[in-house]
Amino acid sequence: MRRETLKRLLDARAARRALVLVTRLDGGGEEIISPGSIDKGHPQISEITACLRTGRGKIVETGAGELFLQPFLPAPRLMIVGATHIAQVLVRLAREVAIEPFVIDPRTAFATTERFGDAKLIPKWPGEALGELGLDARCALVCLAHVPDIDDEALAAALRSDCFYLGALGSVRSHERRLERLKARGFGEEECRAVHAPIGLDIGSVTPSEIALSIIAEVVAALRAGAGADGGR
Amino acid sequence: MSAALQTAQAWLDEGREVVLATVVETWGSSPVPAGGHLVIDDRGDFAGSVSGGCVEAEVIARAQDIIASGRPELLEFGVADETAWNAGLSCGGRIRVFARKLE
Repeated sequence: MRRETLKRLLDARAARRALVLVTRLDGGGEEIISPGSIDKGHPQISEITACLRTGRGKIVETGAGELFLQPFLPAPRLMIVGATHIAQVLVRLAREVAIEPFVIDPRTAFATTERFGDAKLIPKWPGEALGELGLDARCALVCLAHVPDIDDEALAAALRSDCFYLGALGSVRSHERRLERLKARGFGEEECRAVHAPIGLDIGSVTPSEIALSIIAEVVAALRAGAGADGGR
Repeated sequence: MSAALQTAQAWLDEGREVVLATVVETWGSSPVPAGGHLVIDDRGDFAGSVSGGCVEAEVIARAQDIIASGRPELLEFGVADETAWNAGLSCGGRIRVFARKLE
């Protein structure tokens, strides 16, 4: 691989741009394809498009030998709204599964480095914070503040985005009240089904750590459902 | 994926010679999917993985030849290989790994 190719892959990763690397397995020649400027007449167009969708690498046989198509997708991110005890654990679990966590909470007493170490903390209201960070198809968002003003603002932003997972902490009853508030903000019943609530896989979680574990498991399930069983590396 | 590639870049910046090995195909049970990376330098230091640990040693050894020759290699590992006792996949899977020098 040329050093220039490696640099372009790393630059794209840092800028959250998707790319497909095409490598000739007989001699190592390579080509980088960006989805924005893809030639519609490219002989492997359908395989390249599929790669970008599933996140899975694939070998393609051609008359001139085998090609390996490898998608490089932006790193998944987890926006954690509410700098709570569950969030403290969730930050660690997210990093462990290579999902980059961000903690958003306008309450500066909660969003402290003392509680979150070197995690990325944004002590702002979710609307402003998410506007700055951006929510793309490789982002998940969880609402843990349990304060309607904070959570609802984040949910409204996420419902208008392409994020791959959206969850909110709270019982069935508190979720019913949340849905009423979202309706008042103009969201339809169908749209609101995107919100996973009660949040997390049902593993009978009791403690904040167990709840964080159930949440990260549900986020990974959503990520892999979209990217395929072994995608996104 | 980015951790191993970032390591490769850091090693290049230090003037080391580096081979990038990528899983390109898997059959059956294998813990690292297509696209997984192992990077190896001229001293045999390595980062990342192409399997659960069963074939890494073989890839690291072959990487030294690739650093010397500059020629990429397509390596295949599986239980049916003659190297099975040294570098076979105990899990019963089979993988192909493309290894090339960064230059």
